[in-house]
Amino acid sequence: MLYDIFIDPFVQMYDMPDFFLQVLWEGFVAGILYALIALGFVLIFKASGVFNFAQGIMVVFAGLTLVGLNENGIPAYLALALTIVAMGVLAYGVERVVMRPLVNQPDIILLMATIGLTYFLIGFGEFVFGGEPKQMITEQLGLPTGSTAIEMGERGLIILQHIDIAAAVIAVIMVTALGIFFNKTRIGRALRAVADDHQAALSVGISLNQIWAIVWFAAGLVALATGIMWGARSDVSFALEIVAFKALPVLILGGFTSIPGAIVGGLIIGFGEKIGELYWGGLVGGGIESWLAYIIALIFLLFRPQGLFGERIIERI
Amino acid sequence: MMNFKQFALGTAVALGVGLSGAMTPAAQAQDSNYVPLLTYRTGPFAASGIHIANGMHDYLKMLNERDGGIGGVKLELEECETGYNAQKGVECYEATKGKGALVYNPYSTGITLQLIPKAGVDKIPVLSMGYGLSAAADGTTFPWVFNVPDTYWDGASVVIKYIGEQEGGLENLKGKKIGYIFLDAGYGREPIPLLEQLAEKYGFELLQYPVGVKEMQNQSSQWLNVRRDRPDYMVMWGWGAMNPTAIKEAVKIRYPMEKFIGVWWSAGDDDAAAGGEGAKGYKAMNFSGVGRDFPALDDIEKYVVGAGLSSTDAETIGGTLYNRGVLNSVIIAEGIRTAQELTGKKVITGEDMRMGLEALNLDEARLKELGLEGFAHPMKVTCEDHAGSNPVFIQEWNGKKWQQASGWIEPMTDLVRPLLEQAAAEYAEKNAPWPKRTEPCPN
Repeated sequence: MLYDIFIDPFVQMYDMPDFFLQVLWEGFVAGILYALIALGFVLIFKASGVFNFAQGIMVVFAGLTLVGLNENGIPAYLALALTIVAMGVLAYGVERVVMRPLVNQPDIILLMATIGLTYFLIGFGEFVFGGEPKQMITEQLGLPTGSTAIEMGERGLIILQHIDIAAAVIAVIMVTALGIFFNKTRIGRALRAVADDHQAALSVGISLNQIWAIVWFAAGLVALATGIMWGARSDVSFALEIVAFKALPVLILGGFTSIPGAIVGGLIIGFGEKIGELYWGGLVGGGIESWLAYIIALIFLLFRPQGLFGERIIERI
Repeated sequence: MMNFKQFALGTAVALGVGLSGAMTPAAQAQDSNYVPLLTYRTGPFAASGIHIANGMHDYLKMLNERDGGIGGVKLELEECETGYNAQKGVECYEATKGKGALVYNPYSTGITLQLIPKAGVDKIPVLSMGYGLSAAADGTTFPWVFNVPDTYWDGASVVIKYIGEQEGGLENLKGKKIGYIFLDAGYGREPIPLLEQLAEKYGFELLQYPVGVKEMQNQSSQWLNVRRDRPDYMVMWGWGAMNPTAIKEAVKIRYPMEKFIGVWWSAGDDDAAAGGEGAKGYKAMNFSGVGRDFPALDDIEKYVVGAGLSSTDAETIGGTLYNRGVLNSVIIAEGIRTAQELTGKKVITGEDMRMGLEALNLDEARLKELGLEGFAHPMKVTCEDHAGSNPVFIQEWNGKKWQQASGWIEPMTDLVRPLLEQAAAEYAEKNAPWPKRTEPCPN
């Protein structure tokens, strides 16, 4: 038993380096995709202190809008542009109808509002698009399909899916763009001010409503990218909503307020769960991925309760 | 005072609604047979559930439109959305059973397991067509549950038999590896005891790859395990979003698709199409018609879909899961018709329906008469055997549509039946005091 736990997995890694590298690649891709989902949660949390329960359904809604428009004869790129507009309208609507009337309400009220928004979007989405799954328009969007096999001589091969490579590139571009936007622009600085203290931000003339609409729009764009990438791996259906909650351990680990935290947290969870499942999962019958991510997050929390990059909150009494 | 007025008005309205609901069964009982349909058109399993729901609804609706119902009595259809959730399924059951329900089709093994103990108490049979508790095939222990035409254990034995045929005989399975990827829920776990028995008997290694409900669209780990373990064959018990993801992942790791075989619930057109060209060769078991070349389906299009009485897209008529829903409703309709003949009543009860299902005899002549010649293998239910362990065929995805790829394959009944009876006895013991059968046998 001790051999199976402490020795055998490492022997396997050495004996099958191609497989180990494949596991690392899959962990990296999974981590990037988790990070994308987590990013959507972080953006909203930073601006309003609310855990946006609706982020998962926003992923589905964005994906379905894109594919649904294309199914109705609208060319892929125009459908993409219109979906971005739709996410903008959604952001404005959420700010106007949900957030604005609830300014200064306790966080739990805002959380409940996002739960309500989730159910509204599920119903509205099913009303407009139906509940049937749709195939993501990967090729029409110019995203690569197929795969490349890298031979490792007699030691096997590594298969890289082109869509996974594209996902990694797009995620890096999005994170960089958001990082620059929120750190180097006036609106970004305003967002950070709002995140620190609503009232102080208002007192210096920052429009809370404008910031919220921008942040929800940014979260909508992240949801769209997530929907495209996850949809390409499976299909675009309401089941994707569940995938969004894979971001929870990432958020616990990376902190709810940190964009780098979402990235690093996503990668740690991605690598951790793949390596854990592939090399140690068999000891307990497999299928450990779903809870292993939480165990990894909890271990980190023992040492950094605020998460890897979360802000330490000290309240004096 | 205002509050009191509002309270009184609200109470009156509530009572009125309640009374009208309570009176519904009586009203319905006079001129129609009430068939509730537990369906799911929303949630993670909608991808599969919608086609089944459409097929079930459309066939029964067609009987109403074309024939004026069954035996001159219209069918009162009511769908209740379960979302494939056992708790919601039970809520649907409780909300509709008082309306004179004739039979329940839970379309979820989880919901079926919840309803089995209730069926005998409420005197409403449960028809879990090709799913649910395999042991319920023992009609002596489970007089109120029907899983015709096959149990999961029948299916598991067919798939192993088919793999044996590919290898030149079951004896050649010794030393082979057969992978089993399954939805980690009651449904996917159901055939494992039988597969383990078969592994022991024929000397193959059974490798299990569970997929949690929350991981349905995130199966890369399971398929990396498959890549490492290199099983000779893969068998899948998937549903909903699990199916297309698994097929895509199999394509991704370049698993030979001709050695990948799904249960009849992993046989949807959308499931296979998701894998694109790479999915060519993927196989699945099936017991209902392939394609739409059946007169009954033409009638559905003419009287229901074409008349705008359904939410079915005409192009999906003839799809595997749509046809499965149709077959389910054929069994319901034939159960009602048989019950009417047995009792001489036009409007029947759940108890009558149980008799009708137990005397079901869907032979070739009857299938032809229904406009469904060759749509299913003839099936007959007896008081002892509620499944029938009927033959199953293998179909193959050619990149565009399903094609029948084998003849009818008999399950290993000699092996499965004693195990089913043993499992039924164990169920009764675990759920003691399980009532002894007192229901009359119509055969």
